Amino acid sequence: MHPRDLLNEAMAGLLARPVRSVLTTLGTVLGITTLVVTLGVAATAGNQIVGRFDELTATSVTVEVPENPFPLVDWADVGRVTRLRGVVSAAALAESNQSANLSVRSNDMVDPTRVTDQTLTVVASSPGLPAAVKGRMVEGRYFDAGHIARGDKVVVLGQHAAKMLGITRLERAPAVFIGTQAYTVIGVLGDLKREKSLASAVMLPPAVGGRYGLGTVTRVLVNTGLGAAELIAKQAPAALSPGNEALLQVISPSSPTRARDAVEGDVNALFLILGLVSLVVGAVGIANVTLVTVMERIAEIGLRRALGAARRHVAAQFLLESTLTGLTGGIVGASVGIVVVVAVCAAKQWTPVLDVRLAVMAPAAGAVVGLLAGLYPALRAARMEPVNALR
Amino acid sequence: MPEPVILLDDLTKEFPTDPPVRALSAINLRVERSDYVAVVGPSGSGKSTLLNMLGLLDRPTSGSYRLDGIETTMLKDSARTTVRGSRIGFVFQSFHLLPHRSVLENVMLAEVYGRGSRKGRRERALRALERVRLSHRVEFLPGRMSGGERQRAAIARALMGEPALLLCDEPTGNLDSKNTDAVLDLFDELRAQGMTIVVITHENEVSERAARRVRITDGTLAEE
Repeated sequence: MHPRDLLNEAMAGLLARPVRSVLTTLGTVLGITTLVVTLGVAATAGNQIVGRFDELTATSVTVEVPENPFPLVDWADVGRVTRLRGVVSAAALAESNQSANLSVRSNDMVDPTRVTDQTLTVVASSPGLPAAVKGRMVEGRYFDAGHIARGDKVVVLGQHAAKMLGITRLERAPAVFIGTQAYTVIGVLGDLKREKSLASAVMLPPAVGGRYGLGTVTRVLVNTGLGAAELIAKQAPAALSPGNEALLQVISPSSPTRARDAVEGDVNALFLILGLVSLVVGAVGIANVTLVTVMERIAEIGLRRALGAARRHVAAQFLLESTLTGLTGGIVGASVGIVVVVAVCAAKQWTPVLDVRLAVMAPAAGAVVGLLAGLYPALRAARMEPVNALR
Repeated sequence: MPEPVILLDDLTKEFPTDPPVRALSAINLRVERSDYVAVVGPSGSGKSTLLNMLGLLDRPTSGSYRLDGIETTMLKDSARTTVRGSRIGFVFQSFHLLPHRSVLENVMLAEVYGRGSRKGRRERALRALERVRLSHRVEFLPGRMSGGERQRAAIARALMGEPALLLCDEPTGNLDSKNTDAVLDLFDELRAQGMTIVVITHENEVSERAARRVRITDGTLAEE
């Protein structure tokens, strides 16, 4: 039998009952559409999320230093992190529960008309903090190694903290009182990109921080070059505390690919199951209708056998009919799915991302569904004895 | 002497029911080239079983059946199918035309399962339709034609591929007398052209036109 004859017969068989063929295709169309939309929207959304990963998050590494009987990280150790290739800036920070809510005043006067006491967070930091939080000195300067070495009683205020305390200018070297201790304000730090909570905090040099439980480093902020974060995240603990690196906790940005995969994974799992269920339903539909068609066409099968059709010819025709049904469903489903993905993207102003392989595989999947669904009916048709079929 | 088209030698068919039914018992029949044989008999006499045997649609229990010189009882299923497709043209009582295909397509269907080339198939089908005088109905759907025309289309399909045997099962059973005459006239013509025809019928009008009558009663065959 010539393949073109087989195709002719299968096509004629399908077109003989066009409405039924279209309805049969519907199940596969739904299944494939669901699959394509799921995969397409997931890929698009995943890409969208990756797009939101800006440079800041991708280059920020934080090392948390847990409480320990002896200090795991010394203030000077930060210098070793700065020397790592790929590190742009780094600073150590000390925070404690004891210093989280301290009463801070800008003068010792009792002024009944305004609230002079502010409850602010006090932290200690190494001199590199402005660079590490990607901020800038709005007024004055940050303390340096000299201040620390001398144990100068100086503070730097976060932008909001300065506003709350009513300190706007530093020409007169204003002082703030933390508890009863007076400190000279030498700078105001603002425009923070990282650790924005520090904008309403008071920064002390580590030398005087011991008084408020801020003697040991609790966090190290590291900024890396683009793409270096993953490597630095591995190296920083060893640089900070050789021998104790396992005790340090590193918070590093998840790599973009992993983030995308995670999002895709979440969305996919649910809808993929949905799509597969629809596909199975579609397959059952095709199987059912093909079986009914076989039963209706018993006389035709008998005729074909009488005209010299072997069992395999009969089987091949019904298999091809169901495969073509599935293929049609796959093509229509893939097309509708792609249109839906593009429509969703148009509505959300996203960039549609679609795997070309998906567009090709979807119709193929439909054909396979049709093929599998046609197996049993085709077998039934082929098994039919011509004597019985012609009766 | 050339091989006869049909040579049945003690052909027996039993159906394995309880008790077994012997539908054909040791039948002998010889049909020569361009014979025109009518097989007659009441219903239940084994007519249909004989037709199935002659048409290679079913296997006998014992005995031998040589069709056109080929011993068919030993053939495997696929080989029997090939012989059936190439040597036998079937004409059925209910025409068995595909309702959604034109007359021409229905006739061309006869060659779909053969080894012959696709080339010239359309011309051969048109010639076959010419032989049954249906050239004016080539593109018609079977549903829009009279019973006689439909049966002629079916005969044209059976004639495709020049079969050795035209096997007709109650070919006029669904036709009025006028159409019956037309079909029987056609058989006469075909026989004159050298076609071997076996007609299974219970109508006297049909069997009387045949050159030879064979009666089947309770599974046994007798010349009349």
